[in-house]
Amino acid sequence: MHEMSIALSIVDAVEAKAREEGAGRISGVDLLIGKLAGIEPESLKFCFSSASKGTLAEDAVLAIDEPEGIGECGECGMRFPVTFYYAECPECRSLRIKIVSGEEFLIQSITIEEEGE
Amino acid sequence: MCDTCGCSADGGAVLRKPGESDYHVHVTPETEEHTHHHAGEEHHDHDHGHNHHHHEGTSRKIMLEQDVLQKNNLLAERNRGYFEARNILALNFLSSPGSGKTSLLEKIIPLLQQRFPVAVIEGDQQTTNDADRIHALGVPVIQINTGSGCHLDALMVNRAVKELDLQNNSLLCIENVGNLVCPALFDLGEALKVVIISVTEGDDKPLKYPTMFHEADLCLLNKIDLQPYVEFDVAKCRENAMRVNHHIEWFEVSVKTGEGLAVFQEWLEKRLLHH
Repeated sequence: MHEMSIALSIVDAVEAKAREEGAGRISGVDLLIGKLAGIEPESLKFCFSSASKGTLAEDAVLAIDEPEGIGECGECGMRFPVTFYYAECPECRSLRIKIVSGEEFLIQSITIEEEGE
Repeated sequence: MCDTCGCSADGGAVLRKPGESDYHVHVTPETEEHTHHHAGEEHHDHDHGHNHHHHEGTSRKIMLEQDVLQKNNLLAERNRGYFEARNILALNFLSSPGSGKTSLLEKIIPLLQQRFPVAVIEGDQQTTNDADRIHALGVPVIQINTGSGCHLDALMVNRAVKELDLQNNSLLCIENVGNLVCPALFDLGEALKVVIISVTEGDDKPLKYPTMFHEADLCLLNKIDLQPYVEFDVAKCRENAMRVNHHIEWFEVSVKTGEGLAVFQEWLEKRLLHH
């Protein structure tokens, strides 16, 4: 269950940013989690709701964008969708595949509410 | 509340040393020392020197583009820089529980110790059982108890390293919590990740846990002395590992009989001399 410690680090990061901006609370957090990043979005959402209790991010809506995995063949250079690390090039059958997309794991942006002081 | 010292810390990792029952340090992010307050209790009340315009109920979007694991990754790079500067080869040992991580260390450390100083960081949810076994070899060891945590992180290692008197030109073995999933995501600052599987597991393990095998630099297949008694296809397992990660270095060993360990030892010694 690494999603819990990840949820806590997301809360830490967004809270720090929101304080810096003088926000009253955080209403939304946009994440980019590639399908190969090794994170379960549903599990992360669940953990985030308890990790954010009592923080500026409590009740923030977690929006997760999940880019597909894309592999690039080391032999023929072809790019194709991959769902796992053990991909095979559909063109030349090579296994020398480099993952070029799908491993993203970013906090893209936050939406803050500037409620009165 | 912490059972050992009665402080208010709950959860979080604790460092322990074999044979020193009084020794007990909480790993807290905000300070280097064992403290009795928690992050989040301190508010930043200071003025940033510019005016914020506060409008009732207006919302604003702020771009971050920040790596979620940034904090861990930055600290891992600090650990890595420290290891490099002192020419310490740090290895992160990963496997399911029971694949033979501690037994491997028990077997290989006495061989390596003749030429290089060795130190060990042990990770487990509870007990100092593994650290006790390493302590019996006479090498410096520290136990990290992660409590409910399922993996080691860079902060725990950073803190543990400060408690270990590491020597220059040495080997540091970090034995992660037995788990083939979560530890794959957390960089500790190691030079290499070593994943261990055993023939009593399935030969499809690299396919079932691809993230771990994708991240690993070396794979040790352990317990090969038991191969005649189990349904495990060594060649197939190796092929599966190579499909997930074609750079992985492959070793077949039996920690019990010692088979194959000389090859692994030779590889490590070469690495210790030239890393």
